[in-house]
Amino acid sequence: MKKKRVLTGIIAAIISAGLLLSGCAGSKETLKTGDGGEPYKIGAVIDVSGSSSSLGVPEKNTLQMLADKVNAAGGINGHLLELIILDNKSDETEAVLAVKKLINQEKVLAVLGCSSSGPSMSMIDTVQKEKVPMISLAASSTIVEPVQERQWVFKTAQSDIVTINKLMSYLKEKGLTSVALLYMNNAYGDGGRAAFTAAAQANGVKIVVEEKFEATDKDMTPQLTRVKTSGAQAAVVWAIPPSASIITKNFKDLNMGIPLLHSHGVGNQNFIDLAQGAADGVILPIGKLIVADQIPDSDPQQEVLNRYIEEYSQKYNSPPNSFGGYAWDGFYLLVNAIEKVGADRAAIRDTLENTRGYSGVSGMFNLSASDHNGLHEDSMVMVQVENGKWKLLK
Amino acid sequence: MDLSSQLLQLLFSGLTLGSIYSLIALALVATYNITGVLNLAQGEFVALGALLAASIYAAGLPLAAAFLVSVALIAALGALIERSVIYPARESSALTLIIITVGLSISLRGLALLVWGTEPVSLPAFSSGGPLLLGGAFVNPQTLWILGMAAATTSGLYIFFELTYTGKAVRACVINRTAALLIGINPGTISLLAFAGSGAIGAAAGIFITPVTLATYDMGFMLGVKGFVAAAIGGMHNIRGAVLGGFILGILEVYSAGLISSGLKDAVALIVLLAALMLRPEGLLAISGRKV
Repeated sequence: MKKKRVLTGIIAAIISAGLLLSGCAGSKETLKTGDGGEPYKIGAVIDVSGSSSSLGVPEKNTLQMLADKVNAAGGINGHLLELIILDNKSDETEAVLAVKKLINQEKVLAVLGCSSSGPSMSMIDTVQKEKVPMISLAASSTIVEPVQERQWVFKTAQSDIVTINKLMSYLKEKGLTSVALLYMNNAYGDGGRAAFTAAAQANGVKIVVEEKFEATDKDMTPQLTRVKTSGAQAAVVWAIPPSASIITKNFKDLNMGIPLLHSHGVGNQNFIDLAQGAADGVILPIGKLIVADQIPDSDPQQEVLNRYIEEYSQKYNSPPNSFGGYAWDGFYLLVNAIEKVGADRAAIRDTLENTRGYSGVSGMFNLSASDHNGLHEDSMVMVQVENGKWKLLK
Repeated sequence: MDLSSQLLQLLFSGLTLGSIYSLIALALVATYNITGVLNLAQGEFVALGALLAASIYAAGLPLAAAFLVSVALIAALGALIERSVIYPARESSALTLIIITVGLSISLRGLALLVWGTEPVSLPAFSSGGPLLLGGAFVNPQTLWILGMAAATTSGLYIFFELTYTGKAVRACVINRTAALLIGINPGTISLLAFAGSGAIGAAAGIFITPVTLATYDMGFMLGVKGFVAAAIGGMHNIRGAVLGGFILGILEVYSAGLISSGLKDAVALIVLLAALMLRPEGLLAISGRKV
């Protein structure tokens, strides 16, 4: 039965390759010594591997760095901080399993995560039922709304609507009232389209042509020729690389002659590098981190931005990005609350909800019973790419 | 932009897409006819070739050297896969062999994810300079490189199959494996050659498109599917049919997206596939009545 053996061997090889990919379920630090009492345990469920790993890895790095820093300084009120980071593999089911493990076995005080909207949404039921504070690092506004059903859930990333309002004010200011909307055909693109369409209607901006493309598409020339014939005054693209980079290159090749506006989904240096010059002129709304060296000294965020950039670059030899910034803010919101009220989940929740004027990497947080994100338009700036560099627009 | 220049613009776009699909379809058909294996991992050769070339280029080698090294390595990978996985299972049923290639595709994609991660990578354009203006349409110079490469590969293969001794041996294997064996042709060697060759073609296609499309670890799957559709439209037994199928698919996709609606693009491709399978299941260019 040689044939059978060969086949079995192949199947075994495939399965073991699969296991290799899905393995490595996160790291755990055990700290039992401290000057004060029991260590404070907090958990994090992060998209360290899988499709959202480009978000999750800087977040995990940031959390690890901050936990080490807090412990090196003697912990929180004499209690060491025990941070348990689990990997949800960018998967909803894994996220639920991880959060249940953190709550039931590790008895954490609060949970940070996840990196993307889908897995974050999947954890909400559990934390609501178990009454454990959760701070998500993802964008979708539905993570914290309706707030009556999300008493225990907070988030640090700017909601889609904040980004879109910023973009709308820019369009209106420049008198660009008829625009083309191009979006990628997935949750990110659809979310952007829905929010943009609603905001456009409210602001009197007309969408003259609407085109979509697949995340795997290799050429968006057809969609752009339709934009070109539509007479739009500007094009707004809601996508992430690589499709966002391809459309930017096509846009330049076609000599479109109108401004190209992107979403914050392209806000990293990699986007500029991959577009190889085609990104020059692209305008987008984004958090202040990537233009920290250009914001005025009077900005209340300047100090925290520079501190984050310095500490992160020193430890990891690469500049931080806004995703890591969401983790920084989530960590400090939580640690500040624990510092104030100690190991009491309900009191931590109440303190989080009453946080006002916390100056974070992502913006100035003013949380309240009706707003569990607490960020507004002033947390974002409009930037333009110039000679391969981000430049702050006044 | 008036209608005629819009049509021309879309035509260039369609030709570019079409030539990518053609090359993948061509490699699929060549392997299928020589070995009887429908290699669904063909798209992964495209992705691995592109990613590898980008890494070699980033390591400091010139572009041409990165191209050659990557193509050679992926050809070797194709040969290695044939020896280690396909050859031992050569007596299995066609279905088993297809499932093996599906497993291969998943494994190779997983490997690429481990090595290169999820961030896209790129290569510089082969020739500098902005887009050319041809009859009202803007054409990226890289498009001409892609079209040229597709033409050169297709004609090279045509010459190989029709005019060289080895090419004729390959065709003999396709027509009758036993008879070929009797006259001294070794089908095992030919099978090895087919996998190495399709690895090389895939890698070359991947490297040529990367300056325009970027390379990601998961780019191969969709390209593999589109290549298969192109091969099915053109007929699984005919290299010229596969090339024609690729161009038909590319141009149809682009015209339906550009003139009707971008949402229709993939639907049109599938409708054409269904129509082709129902009306001419043996393929557009097949000699009717021929069975293999």
